[in-house]
Amino acid sequence: MAVVFSKPKALTDAPLHYCPGCTHGIIHRLVAEAIDDLGILGRTVGVAPVGCAVMAYDYFSCDMVEAAHGRAPAVATGLKRAMPDRIIFTYQGDGDLASIGMAETVHAATRNENITVIFVNNAIYGMTGGQMAPTSLPGQVTQTSPYGRDVKTVGYPIKVCELLSALDAPYYIQRVAVNSVKHVAEAKKAIRRAFENQIEGRGFSLIEVVSSCPTNWGMTPQKALDWVESDMIPYYPLGVYRDKSKEA
Amino acid sequence: MAKVLMKGNEAIAEAAIRAGCRHYFGYPITPQTEIAAYMAKRMPKIGGTFLQAESEISAINMVYGVASAGRRAMTSSSSPGVSLKQEGISYLAGSDLPALIVNVQRGGPGLGGIQPSQSDYFQATKGGGHGDYHLIVLAPASVQEMADLTVKAFDLADKYRMPSMLLADGTIGQMMEPVELPEETDGSGVEKPWAVTGTENKREHNIINSLYLVPEQLEVKNLERYERYKIVEQNEVMYEEYMTEDADICVVAFGIAARVSKNAITAAREKGIKAGLIRPITLWPFPTEAIAKAAEKVKGFISVELSMGQMIDDIKLAEGCKKPVALCSRVGGMIPSPEQVLAAIEKAERGEF
Repeated sequence: MAVVFSKPKALTDAPLHYCPGCTHGIIHRLVAEAIDDLGILGRTVGVAPVGCAVMAYDYFSCDMVEAAHGRAPAVATGLKRAMPDRIIFTYQGDGDLASIGMAETVHAATRNENITVIFVNNAIYGMTGGQMAPTSLPGQVTQTSPYGRDVKTVGYPIKVCELLSALDAPYYIQRVAVNSVKHVAEAKKAIRRAFENQIEGRGFSLIEVVSSCPTNWGMTPQKALDWVESDMIPYYPLGVYRDKSKEA
Repeated sequence: MAKVLMKGNEAIAEAAIRAGCRHYFGYPITPQTEIAAYMAKRMPKIGGTFLQAESEISAINMVYGVASAGRRAMTSSSSPGVSLKQEGISYLAGSDLPALIVNVQRGGPGLGGIQPSQSDYFQATKGGGHGDYHLIVLAPASVQEMADLTVKAFDLADKYRMPSMLLADGTIGQMMEPVELPEETDGSGVEKPWAVTGTENKREHNIINSLYLVPEQLEVKNLERYERYKIVEQNEVMYEEYMTEDADICVVAFGIAARVSKNAITAAREKGIKAGLIRPITLWPFPTEAIAKAAEKVKGFISVELSMGQMIDDIKLAEGCKKPVALCSRVGGMIPSPEQVLAAIEKAERGEF
């Protein structure tokens, strides 16, 4: 009998701990499919963040390192410098990458460090129970912005792709989403592209994946995906923000 | 081999390269910048990595990455910068990763000053970051030891799968002395089957991690680590004894304080006072037995420090409070003179501690 669908080799059999309706599972799968498709499983090393994806080291079947909060790009830099022929990726959330790890993110990008960064933006700190993130939308109610994010006192969300695109160095930056079949297909291509760039030695690639958090947003999974479309994507427009292959 | 004249900081850098370290990450801070400058010149010529990180925090995490790959890595800094590295050092300890951290100490707390100090003794020997852990802490007292103990620090870190620290001070870092450089090795003496070098589809994946959410498992990890620390304490204590055979007064000092103390001891001997020195070379593990043995015959101890009385606690613990222990110290970047130490010895000789 022909196998028409199976779990990627780059994923282990460990059951995921993610909440019902969370899109981390989809994004894990897309990363794993890219690793499988490119035949790089045996020479890939992943770096897990602190946050909801902290246990990603149990889910990806390549060698894995668990980094301190926000430090994944620095750890990945060390791994890549030590092993230039290995494929190094980080998998980080918005608090990890855009708040406590902003310096590591910006500087890995400006060095055009030859790594792949998967940035999951769900506009909230999920693991700690739903606090305001650097990417929480204006007015968004969270545990630490119970009256809604007041931009007058805590400022505006950080648009990571736009920010990093102001740097000269980074090779490839794209924002995608996983709230619809069409968007998932686009995300798959983008993530694969980010790994291909590294294999070709092009440098820093970051894929921001606009994601949902039904549990901490207080929504059903479907409502959360709808909110991604109605509220998140208008604030975080999808698209390619930097593609140096198009620059002569 | 012929000796060369080198600055202490440069001796660390050259010795690290000769120990097979090809990955250095740092951030500028006085008085250790010569290490980074030396690495910046040499590493590109030998296929190594010199990277000026965006912060001390990033530098130690880059070290964490290289160490995860099973390669020798180091970072260096001075006191305020080493405080910033503590998060990463705790993670190195929690993930059982070998690496070298150099602290060329300056006065503190806060921004402090840029002159020599030993006031990071507690931070270095008692943990420094969060959680139960130790570093192997080596304290050089000469430019020769800057080189020799750098190699030793890498070897011990690899052997016991734990980070090590070279706890120097601004004086030894900045001064020049003749040094015989160590032999070159590639640093691959210890097998590292745990390293994340890619599975090559031939083995289960390796995971470098310090997170254990099940308390029973985390307790076991801590207990296992402390069993390993016991072996380090049994096997790796290093110290120098100077004129202790017949000593009535035992000075305990490390690094630059030990050199000043030797002059004072010579002067005391000329005055007929039987003084001697125990110089810890490993601050952790501390030479507890040597101190305890000395306690059986001396009148008392003097802890000579460039701090407000930090090592003195370890001396008291080692000798079980059987004999008095005096403190002779200068701080803030000041160094005790031989006369000050001699005065403390004479006082002790009179039974005043």
